[in-house]
Amino acid sequence: MSNDVFVLVEHRDGLVTEGTFEILGRARDLASQAGGQAVALLLSDAVGSLADQLGGTSILAVEDPVFAEFSPSAYHAALVPIVTERAPLLLLAPNSGVGMDVAGGLSGSVGLPLAAFATSITIDGGAPVVSCQLYAGKIEARVRFRDGRGICTVVAGAYPASAGRVAGSPAVEHVTPPPPDQRVRFRRLVRPEAGDVDITREGVLVSVGRGIGEQENIELVEALAAALGGVVSSSRPVADAGWLPRTRQVGKSGLRVKPKLYLALGISGAPEHLEGMRDAELIVAVNTDPRAPIFGVAHYGAVADILDVVPALTKRLG
Amino acid sequence: MEFIVLLKQVPDLAEELEIDGSGRDLARDWLSYVTSEWDEYALEEALQLRDLAGGTVTCLALDTGSVDELLATSLARGADRVIKVGAFERPPDSHASAHAFAAALREVRHDLVLVGVQAIDDLDGQLGPLLAAELGLPHVSVVTHIAIGADGSTVTANQEYAGGVVAEFEVDLPAVLGVQTSREAPRYAPVSRVRQLMKTATIETLEAPADGVGGLVVESLAVPVASGHAEMIDGDAGAVASRIAEILAERGLVRTGAAS
Amino acid sequence: MRELPVVKVDGVLELEHAVVDGIDVSGSWNRMFTQRSITDYPTEAMDWVTGLDGGESMRDCYQCGKCVPVCPVNHVGDYGPRKLNVKVLRGNDLLDDPDLWLCTTCGACYRVCPKEVNPLRIMPAIREQAVLEGKIPDELSDTFQKLQRTGNPLGESPRKRADWTNEAGVDVPFIAEVDRPVDVLWYVSDYTSYHPRGKDAARAMARVLTALGVDYAILGAEERSDGDSARLAGESGLFELLAEQNIKTFSKYTFKRLVVMDPHAYNAFKNHYPRLGWQGEVLHYTQFLAPLVDRIAWRSRVELDVTYHDPCYLGRNNGEYDAPRTLLEAIPGIRLVEMPHTRANGYCCGGGGGGMWLDGFVADHVSERLSERRVREAVATVGTDGTGVLSVACPYEPSRFEDAVKSTGNDGRLVVRDIIELIDQAMQPPLS
Repeated sequence: MSNDVFVLVEHRDGLVTEGTFEILGRARDLASQAGGQAVALLLSDAVGSLADQLGGTSILAVEDPVFAEFSPSAYHAALVPIVTERAPLLLLAPNSGVGMDVAGGLSGSVGLPLAAFATSITIDGGAPVVSCQLYAGKIEARVRFRDGRGICTVVAGAYPASAGRVAGSPAVEHVTPPPPDQRVRFRRLVRPEAGDVDITREGVLVSVGRGIGEQENIELVEALAAALGGVVSSSRPVADAGWLPRTRQVGKSGLRVKPKLYLALGISGAPEHLEGMRDAELIVAVNTDPRAPIFGVAHYGAVADILDVVPALTKRLG
Repeated sequence: MEFIVLLKQVPDLAEELEIDGSGRDLARDWLSYVTSEWDEYALEEALQLRDLAGGTVTCLALDTGSVDELLATSLARGADRVIKVGAFERPPDSHASAHAFAAALREVRHDLVLVGVQAIDDLDGQLGPLLAAELGLPHVSVVTHIAIGADGSTVTANQEYAGGVVAEFEVDLPAVLGVQTSREAPRYAPVSRVRQLMKTATIETLEAPADGVGGLVVESLAVPVASGHAEMIDGDAGAVASRIAEILAERGLVRTGAAS
Repeated sequence: MRELPVVKVDGVLELEHAVVDGIDVSGSWNRMFTQRSITDYPTEAMDWVTGLDGGESMRDCYQCGKCVPVCPVNHVGDYGPRKLNVKVLRGNDLLDDPDLWLCTTCGACYRVCPKEVNPLRIMPAIREQAVLEGKIPDELSDTFQKLQRTGNPLGESPRKRADWTNEAGVDVPFIAEVDRPVDVLWYVSDYTSYHPRGKDAARAMARVLTALGVDYAILGAEERSDGDSARLAGESGLFELLAEQNIKTFSKYTFKRLVVMDPHAYNAFKNHYPRLGWQGEVLHYTQFLAPLVDRIAWRSRVELDVTYHDPCYLGRNNGEYDAPRTLLEAIPGIRLVEMPHTRANGYCCGGGGGGMWLDGFVADHVSERLSERRVREAVATVGTDGTGVLSVACPYEPSRFEDAVKSTGNDGRLVVRDIIELIDQAMQPPLS
C-alpha cells in the first residue's frame, strides 16, 4: 500500500493526450499532500519517445508490441496485477473511452471503488474527497471511498494541462508484461475526412445546435458566418443528423476550440459540449430557454429565437 | 446469435431535480423516469443486428418495481424475450447492477451483450466494464459501429475518441459492448401495442443478489451554483441583434466596411 | 400481372326498335353495356383499406373529382382524396407513401363529396396501421414520445402546465383547491398553456372570465393533452391513454360545463370521449361567451380591420361559424371583413390531423405551407391599407400564422390575434 497517485497515460499516434496532462498536474499536487508520488502508468510499444513527453515524471512502464495502440483487454490484463500489487492511494484516468474502459475494468477486477465524472479531487485527512457531476451536470455529488482508496475518471477541462507538463527527464521503471489478453485486437485508426475546414484554427465560430430546427435553416447561419468572416460549427445532434460534417462538431467527442468569438445559437450547453468550447475568448449565446446551461459559461446571452436573431444580426453586419 | 440488452430507467431531466431531506439523494416523490437514452441505442442496435444476422434479442432489467412498461415497450419494438432480474427497493448503483446482471447472465445464453455506454446517474462508473470484469468477458466502450464477423465468433466494434477519430477493433465473442449511438434512431413503439403487451406478454423473472455496492460514501448532493452568468441582453430580436453587433464591433470582430 | 376475380365480359345490348310509353327509344337511345372489367389492378389493397374500421367509405369513391379543387393541399401540390383512391385501387396501400401524411383532415372534401367518402375516418385508420409497422416520419414519432412522457406535444414539464397563471393579472382558481362544484371547468389546452402566444390568450381569457364574474376553475398540472391530433395521425392507443387520464381527472370534480380554447379538444371531448366513458356539455369558448356578449363592459375601441379564420375543427367539422363572429362584431371599432374562403369554405392552416408536427416532412412535398397561402389571403383582405388583423380561435394558429407572416414577407401588414385577446384589449382602458 502506498500514498502514490497513479495516472493512466492515454496516448494515440505517438502523442500523449491533453487529458493526460490535465490529470497529471493534479496528481502531483495530490501526491505531495498525501506524502506520496505521482506515477504515470505508461503502456506502449515504444516507451522512450512517449516517456520524453512526460518530462520529470515517475513512470511505471510496460513495453510490448501489443501496446502499440490502446486495446481494452490488453491494458486490463497488464494493469490488474500492477494496481493490485502496488495498491496506490488513488488512480486517475481521463473520462474518455480509454479511461472508462480501464477504470471500470480495474474497479471490477481489483475491487477498488470508482468515482466517475470527477470535476475536482482533494485530500482531506489523508483520504481523497471527490466532486462528481451527475445528471448532465445538474447535480454535484461529494463522495469519499469507503476504505480511503479508489479510482477516479476525471472530466476534460477540470484541471489545466499546463500544470502537467514539467521539464526534466523521466524516471522509468519497467515492469515485465504478463501474458497478453488479445481478445480485443486493435486493427486501425480511422480519421474523419479532411478537406473541410479545421475549426480549431478558426478565429470566429458560429455554432448551431438543435434550436436551428430544420436543415434548411442552416443557410441562415452560413450567411451570418460569412458576414463575420468565420465558419459554421455545431453541437453533436446537428452532426448526428448529418446536417453538417463531423469535422464541424464541437465537444467531448468532437473538437476542442478556442476561437476569439464563439456564437452559440440554439445550443443548450450540455457538459459534453461545454468541454469543447468553454475556453473561447468571447462567448455569446442565444437560446429560447432562460435556464440553458450555456448561459453559465457565456459572457453575453439573450433569450430569443435564433431564427429571428440570426437574419437580423446578419443584416446589421452588412 | 444470442443478443442481450440490459436496460434501466433514469430520472427525466425535463423536470427540475431536487435534493431530499438527507442531502444525500434526490427527492424521488416527484421524479418521472425515462429509459436511459444510451440503453435505447443499445436496444436498437441489437434489433438491427438480429434482423441482419438472425438470432434472438433478450432484454433484462433489474426489478425496481416499475419496469414492466419498459420491458413491454422493448417487446413492442421487437425484442424476443424479456426478463426481470432480482428485487430492488431503490435503483442500485452500477457495481450492484453489474453483480446482479452477472448472476442472471450465468443463467442466460449470451453471445453479445449490449449496454448503453453510460447513464446520467453513473456515479460509481459505467455498467459495461464492471459487468465484463465480473463475467471475465472482453469489453469495449463508446462503440459507434458494430458488425458481426463472417464466422459469427467475432464482432468489429469502433470506439470513438475526441475529434471524430475512431479505432476499429476485432473482438472475440462472447463480449460486452458499451453503445454510444445506433445506426438508426430508436424505433417507435406504438402505444396500443405496448398497452396490449402489458396485458398479454410473459415477463420472465430471474433471482439475483441485491448486495454488492460500489464502495462510495456519498457525503452530499447539491445543485451546483453557477460560478458566473452571462450578461443578458433584453428586448426583441432586433434589439438583441443590434446589441450583439455593437459588442462585436467594440471587440474589433466586425469586418471593416460592414454597416453598423 | 395477376388473375382477377372479375369476369371480363364486354358486350353491348341494344334494341333496334323500342318504344316505351309512346316514346321512341330505338337504337342508341337504349344502348346498355354488360358487366366489364374496368380495372386490371389487384383488389387486395382496396379490400384491406375498406376492411379497416373507418376505412369502409374509401370504396364508394367514383372519381368524380369534386374533392380536388377544394382540397387545400392540392393548391400546393398534387393531392386530394381522389388521388389516394386511385392509388389504393392500383394496389398501393399507402403505408410507404408520403401522401399518407399530407392530409390535414380539414373536411373540405367530405363536405362536397356526393358519396360521403370520409378521410377523417379513413386517414387515421390507415395511419394506425403504418404506425404499427413503424412506418412513421421521425418528426411525428418524436411528438408521440413527448405526448406519452409529458402529456403535451411540446415535451414540457407537466408540473409547469399552469405556470402561465403567474402573470395573468388575476387569480386563477384551481379546481382541486376550490373544492366545490363549479359552473365552468375551463380546459386550457397544450399550446395555450405552454406556447408564449398561447399564454397570451390564456391570460386574456382569465381576465375576461374574471371580469364577467364567471364561476370557473382550471385543472392546472392535472390537465393532459386532448390527444385528438395524435388520434388522427394514427396513434389511437395514445389518444385512449390520454383520454383515460383526463376522464379519471374529470370524474373527480363536479362542474356543469366544460369550456375549451381549442377546437381539437372540443372535437375530442364532444365526439370521441362519450364512447370512452365521459359525456357532458362541451363548449368552445366563443360559444360560451357569445350569449354573454351584452354583459361585457367595453372600455376602449379597437379600430382595426379584422378578418376571421374559421378553424376547421370548430367551423366546417363541428358547424360553429356564428359565435366567433358575434363576438368580433360586438367589439367596438372592429371592422370585420370576410376572406373569400370563409365559413364552410374556410381554408385550412395546415395544423390539423398531425400536420402541426409534420411541417418539416410536409415541406419536402408541397410548394408552400397552407398557412402561407392563408396569410396571403388575409393580407389581400385586410392588409393592403395599413396593418390588418387575422383573428383566430384555435391555439394551433398564432404560431403557424405568425411564422407565415414572416416567411411571406408580410411583416407590418398583418398581425395575428386570438379573438379573446381582442376582447381583452377592448375591456381594458385605452393606452394613453
